Amino acid sequence: MRDLDTGDSLTYKEQGQPLPGAKPAASVQAPAGTFKYIGGYLPRVDGERVVTGAAEYTQDLQLEGMLFAKILRSPHACAEIVALDLSPALALDGVKAAVRLKEGRLNYLGEPVAAVAAQDEATAEEALDLIKVEYKELPFVVSEDASQAEGAPQVLPDGPNVQKLNELTRGDVDKGFREADLLLERTYRTSWEVHQPAETHASLALWEGDSLTVWDSTQAVHSVRDGLARALKMPAAKVRVIKKYMGGGFGSKLGLNDHTLAAALLAHQARRPVKVVLSRKENSYCVGFRPSNRITIKAGVKKDGTLTAVHFKNLTCGGLGRGDDCADPLVDLYRCPNLKVEEYSVFAHTCSNRPTRAPGHTQGTFALEGFLEELAAELGMDPLELRLRNYTTKNQGDTGTPYSTKGLEQCYRLGSEKIGWQRRNKKPGQAAGRTKRGLGMASQIWPGAGVPGTLADLYVYPDGSVEVQCGTQDIGCGTRTFMAAIAAETLGLEPKDIIIKIGDSDYPWAPSSGGSLTAPSVGPAVRDAALKAVEQLKQLAAKKLNIPAGQITAAEKKFSNSQNPAQALSFAEAAHELRRETVFHGERALWAPGFDYQTFGAQFAEVEVDTETGRIRVLRVVAAHDIGRVLNRQTAESQVLGGVLQGLSAALFEQKTMDTSLGRMVNANLHDYKVATIEDCPEIIPLFADVVDERLNNLGNKGLGEPPRIPSSAVIANAVFNAIGVHVGEIPMTPDKVLQALKRREGRS
Amino acid sequence: MENSSIKKKRKKTVTRRAFIKGMGGGAIGATLAAGLLGRDGLTPGGQNVEPAVFEAKPITLTVNGKTVRLEVEPRETLLHVLRERLRLPGTKRTCDRGECGACTVLLDGKPVYSCMTLAARADRRQVRTIEGLAAGGNLHPLQQAFIDKDAYQCGFCTPGFIMAGAALLEANPSPSGDQIKAALSGNICRCGNYQKIHEAVAAASERMRSGLK
Repeated sequence: MRDLDTGDSLTYKEQGQPLPGAKPAASVQAPAGTFKYIGGYLPRVDGERVVTGAAEYTQDLQLEGMLFAKILRSPHACAEIVALDLSPALALDGVKAAVRLKEGRLNYLGEPVAAVAAQDEATAEEALDLIKVEYKELPFVVSEDASQAEGAPQVLPDGPNVQKLNELTRGDVDKGFREADLLLERTYRTSWEVHQPAETHASLALWEGDSLTVWDSTQAVHSVRDGLARALKMPAAKVRVIKKYMGGGFGSKLGLNDHTLAAALLAHQARRPVKVVLSRKENSYCVGFRPSNRITIKAGVKKDGTLTAVHFKNLTCGGLGRGDDCADPLVDLYRCPNLKVEEYSVFAHTCSNRPTRAPGHTQGTFALEGFLEELAAELGMDPLELRLRNYTTKNQGDTGTPYSTKGLEQCYRLGSEKIGWQRRNKKPGQAAGRTKRGLGMASQIWPGAGVPGTLADLYVYPDGSVEVQCGTQDIGCGTRTFMAAIAAETLGLEPKDIIIKIGDSDYPWAPSSGGSLTAPSVGPAVRDAALKAVEQLKQLAAKKLNIPAGQITAAEKKFSNSQNPAQALSFAEAAHELRRETVFHGERALWAPGFDYQTFGAQFAEVEVDTETGRIRVLRVVAAHDIGRVLNRQTAESQVLGGVLQGLSAALFEQKTMDTSLGRMVNANLHDYKVATIEDCPEIIPLFADVVDERLNNLGNKGLGEPPRIPSSAVIANAVFNAIGVHVGEIPMTPDKVLQALKRREGRS
Repeated sequence: MENSSIKKKRKKTVTRRAFIKGMGGGAIGATLAAGLLGRDGLTPGGQNVEPAVFEAKPITLTVNGKTVRLEVEPRETLLHVLRERLRLPGTKRTCDRGECGACTVLLDGKPVYSCMTLAARADRRQVRTIEGLAAGGNLHPLQQAFIDKDAYQCGFCTPGFIMAGAALLEANPSPSGDQIKAALSGNICRCGNYQKIHEAVAAASERMRSGLK
């Protein structure tokens, strides 16, 4: 069962599949060599808007006659609505509309019950108080443990609290275990993390006749449009969703939310525009989180570090959601002929989990890479050598399809040199004294190949101005800037010459800005459109200059005769020859068949642990990633810094904490839900392997949203292991858990 | 803001949060702030108290050099007045309880959380927001440094960081690394761009000291 509030229902893996009819690939698509703008350090084209406060976020929008909506939410983790009366709320002065959002059973605290729209926020708040609701409270479970207990109330109407999520077998693990020189089994746990984007979720709905326009704080305008059309039973062509600027999402803003639907319903009833802005508390309770995981890995290994068998068992709890399958990194990353994966969902009475920056991979990597660090220690081996011993060039643990490119070895080299890997404790925990330092590493794999079939339109106007339209989103990653750079580069213009129009479902289709899909989908589509435009403009210039088109170069805002550069036509003069605005349709083509396309990376961290207080200080993180061609180093480095910092924050602080007897979240704010601040920020060094994947698309680039987040909690836990000689085994690694881990070590020795 | 809905007297619930927020405006604020909060089903109930009648108070603010006169309710925050009434949405509402710094503005040159400052407390004082930082169309050196260093991603927390950073540089033109961290430790950047934010403040400091604007 899924409530409406689950965001996009497709996984990133499903979303990454080529669209039907996507155009075929050439065997070599991306040019080698370097560019003038692409791959450089480019300041954002919209920087001034952001730093002057002029960038318009959904929360900032105001329309004439606009009303403010508030949502009445369930105060119980599980209850039946016996009776509900909206009329007292509607009778309050200033209240213009009220709608019921739910019948029957409520399955989490914070689930929407009803909504009101009033002339101001305070009146809307007061109106919520007047809605009469009679609830029948029902038994609930809000933790993974309680959900599995004997006699626990059943969470889903149609199935038990623990259900199979995923299973996979390769070879024969029992045989592999028998062949091993050493067996090791360890368990790793991760906690519920809440996305907590700076901008809480917000929507503004406006009806004009029977057409609906919604401004939404979303990562996916097309997905929200389709969701609204389905929910309102109206044609998608009459719904338009716009996202201007958006204050962070990290996976929590991928699909239609019920507060958005409520705004549309209220606006329809009131015949006035309605805005809804969620509070921080609503953001903490109602719009998803990263599911928890309890992952047990048992592996067999030869003395030289060769893996013979791995058994991976995962119990994941995503409230009403199915949680995350976490085995993908293990399935692909290391050579291992014998593998068994068993994953189970545990259900509880909270909202559904939502994709959270690198769903599944982050938790799976925390377990897998932590395990390898411990395994290396058992073998007395360098953890880097252990990873290289089981290195692959094909997917499915070297049994499947070859990778088109795999720059992981370069990442290992770049990162280990930069951090000074030889400085690590050869025996974990060997350093004397109260404050111990340690170095750790962790590897990363993630698809990031983009979606073939993504579209972009490039307009050239007769005055020489150029506009690119694409229904993608800039969620802070610099989409506008790389799009401008690609179009400018191809046309011989400057990035500031290109007018970028995005964030509107009326523009050509592009995927959700999630799952590292944007840059490898949108970039190549823009490049394709610009290549078509420059081709036609070259023809026109050649005719005008009376020379063969093959002799024309497009650079510095003109079309010149390469044999006689003085002979040239300006870009605007050539555009004038088009006689009308002309649209060039660009499409992201398929990748060349027969290969697998993945991003890779390795991070290295240095930490300091105070063994008396249990406090961890992260000193330095080196993050080396292979994402194909880097489009804009300036914004790519920012993404890596953010991925590392968020991993640090999750590793040390973040946990959605529940009062299991009341069913409430006890830290539904930004003070008690701890996130990293500037005081916690280590030195972070981003590095790129720069392996252009010429078979993947016409730029050879891959996605970067998820990769730096995948190993960034694992690497800190591993560095702590190297410092104190015991793996904490659980995030967040709060001081109490570090001290308990140290006690365990004492118990062992 | 129209306030027809809050004219009548009736029982109200004061949450601890509302009470603390109200403390900024003294005892009256404490009871009246209740009307703004805690009706969503997510907030546990508090004690019932009888509120006083709301009375709008005339105030004079100087915002970005421009003097404005308006009537505010005792419970109204400076953030609310700036965003909803003066239409200056550059100052952001993120937590609305003094935890994240996105709403930072300068009050008589000092950085304050405008979500925790009652508008009435800003009476006859100078308010500077992100919209008023670029003098005569020229970006403040810190704004320029944020662009040059790419010191943001989604940009939502950026106005708050820039205002906090500008206040620091005003008070201390040559801050040490630790002083920069301390001055910005009350601001949260969820995208995690702290390293570049730090670099931007340091770069702006250098630039301002060398006399370049």
